Amino acid sequence: MVERKNKTARLRISRGMPGGERCYDTFELPYEDGMSVLDALRWIRANLDSTLAIRYSCINANACKTCMALVNGEVEYTCIAKLTPNLITVEPLPKRPLIRDLVTDSVPEDEKV
Amino acid sequence: MPHLSTDVLVIGAGGAGMYAAIAAAQHGTSVLLVDKAQVGRGGATIMAQMTVAVALAEQEPDSVELHLEDTLKAGRGLCNEELAALVCAEAPKRIREMEQWGTRWARENDHIKQEMAPGHSVKRCCYVDFLNTGPAVAATLRRKVSEISAIRRISNLAAVEIIVRDGRAIGAVVLDLVDGELIAIHAKAVVLAAGGLTKLFERNSASTNMGGEAYALALWAGAELIDMEFVQFFPIGHLAPRLVGMDPIMWDPYRYKLGGKLVNGQFEEFIDRYGSTDFGQYNATRDVAAYAILKEVEAGRGTPHGGAYLDFRHIPEAQLRAAFGPVIDRLLVNGIDLTKTPVEVGPMAHYHMGGIRVDVNMRTRIEGLFAAGEAVGGSNGANRLSGNAITEAFVFGERAGISAADAARRASAEWDEKFADETMERLKSLGEMSAENAIAPIALQVELQKLMWEQAGPFRTGDKLTSALSRIEEMRKKDLPECRVGSEHRFNLDLQDWFELRAMLTTAETVVQSALARPESRGAHQREDFPIADYRFLKNQVMEIKDGELATRWVVPSRLDRSQAIHG
Repeated sequence: MVERKNKTARLRISRGMPGGERCYDTFELPYEDGMSVLDALRWIRANLDSTLAIRYSCINANACKTCMALVNGEVEYTCIAKLTPNLITVEPLPKRPLIRDLVTDSVPEDEKV
Repeated sequence: MPHLSTDVLVIGAGGAGMYAAIAAAQHGTSVLLVDKAQVGRGGATIMAQMTVAVALAEQEPDSVELHLEDTLKAGRGLCNEELAALVCAEAPKRIREMEQWGTRWARENDHIKQEMAPGHSVKRCCYVDFLNTGPAVAATLRRKVSEISAIRRISNLAAVEIIVRDGRAIGAVVLDLVDGELIAIHAKAVVLAAGGLTKLFERNSASTNMGGEAYALALWAGAELIDMEFVQFFPIGHLAPRLVGMDPIMWDPYRYKLGGKLVNGQFEEFIDRYGSTDFGQYNATRDVAAYAILKEVEAGRGTPHGGAYLDFRHIPEAQLRAAFGPVIDRLLVNGIDLTKTPVEVGPMAHYHMGGIRVDVNMRTRIEGLFAAGEAVGGSNGANRLSGNAITEAFVFGERAGISAADAARRASAEWDEKFADETMERLKSLGEMSAENAIAPIALQVELQKLMWEQAGPFRTGDKLTSALSRIEEMRKKDLPECRVGSEHRFNLDLQDWFELRAMLTTAETVVQSALARPESRGAHQREDFPIADYRFLKNQVMEIKDGELATRWVVPSRLDRSQAIHG
């Protein structure tokens, strides 16, 4: 297990607002076996860039079903998508209206202001 | 300025909030149900994988009285017996009502199946399946809510303050997360159903929505809190290896069913060293088990991640597969092979026994303000019996909804935009102070969680609590106003974090002050400098804001008249 220590993971994350320029920010963070993509996104918010917009509620139970994003081009629940020490690209769901960064409009129309 | 209006405003859309919304609508009022996450997908209900305690007497003979007796015993003498009796007496009605609304409780031989759980004297706990009880009941309630046209649901609204005028709750100010704007909501009655405070602690089994906002909102509005020192630490939350896709408190039913051994870092069983027999029965109550594990860690006999091992290696693989079902494969995906390796488990903040002080109709002392679910304090005393959390969410939710509907019908419709002006202006000016190089609110949240875990967690001392209190006060007075929240409004999580932190600090202060003021150990409150339960403190602490400061006083627990039958 020792040789797995001190590894880092790299995430390339789509940023931006609707109508504006979209760009990618790359973040590097400490990697541990078993981490999820959401673990990494939360770590980035707490330690590197708190302005990163993400949506989640239950953290890791895969119960709330609100943390979906594109992970390396595939639609995934970020709370169960496994992080790897390789570069991972995370983008908002393409078929939903963008709100900000990784957050798309997933709320039913009749649940809005 | 956007403005919303309703008869009954329900804040928080977990089990209690949705139940309250349904009950209020069925009693003829319009309802606005808001949640800072998505309606029916945030909070604690959706996380509950396990069981619901209810004296249905379908599995074996049982009674409301016996359920109450077990509940009071677990509560170590501090339960509000009237509230506890309400939970036990009304539970069968609510569980059967949920069945009518579509919840498919697990059945066998033509009856609802009920299992044993720690602290219960009979098989009393029903479930949908061991992993999906919470999501299943949340789905039932979401569907029921969506069928009622008198209920309007709005997701991503975080309540930041209750509007009080002439001693009466007349609405709330909420943050619309998507647009980053504050909105005033006018309501004739308000139900606080925004859950507990487990997010205050570094190790917790909560969703991200449990920062203790309900308590802070109630306190600021002028209501009282009770028993804030009693935080339940679930003894065998999952610590390592990293496990995703499962609730961290998933192990309990399997341990119970299969006889998983709880052993220390040296693979010795140890619960019997702490005054409880557990071998082969696994019925040590939560407070005893949590205490025993951390004492082993302290004595240098812990596991690498600071807990105990839960070991299933003595059980044949076929038996494991039969009991765990598809879960065994989910574990394998996480690299956990139970036939080869034990897992590390340890206490984590799981539930709050304390909370908003209410009467049996869920009324706070502020007219028009009600509470429901985990936000309510007192019913569970110093320690909650397993399985009672979802039960109380339903029972208190229904009761709060009816009471709020009654209050709304009696209230005048008088509302003027200017009633909210003072609150709105004050809150807006708070959100505007922000320096470019200042700390982000989430960083302070992380610091607070670590502080609460280390100095106000499962083991407490006067010194640790005093030091926690002084740092929390400093964070509230000095750091909070200087946080960086950014100028971008749209989905600005810094802004949500800031309002959340503001409530978290107030709630943390109530926990630490109450813990400091109780120099004894009882149930979930363990003071290392006062290790014995002291009969002189067989009392509840009530907390309020007086002249701008937190003030506490002691009250005698509310007792039942034993000569009377128990009614809901």
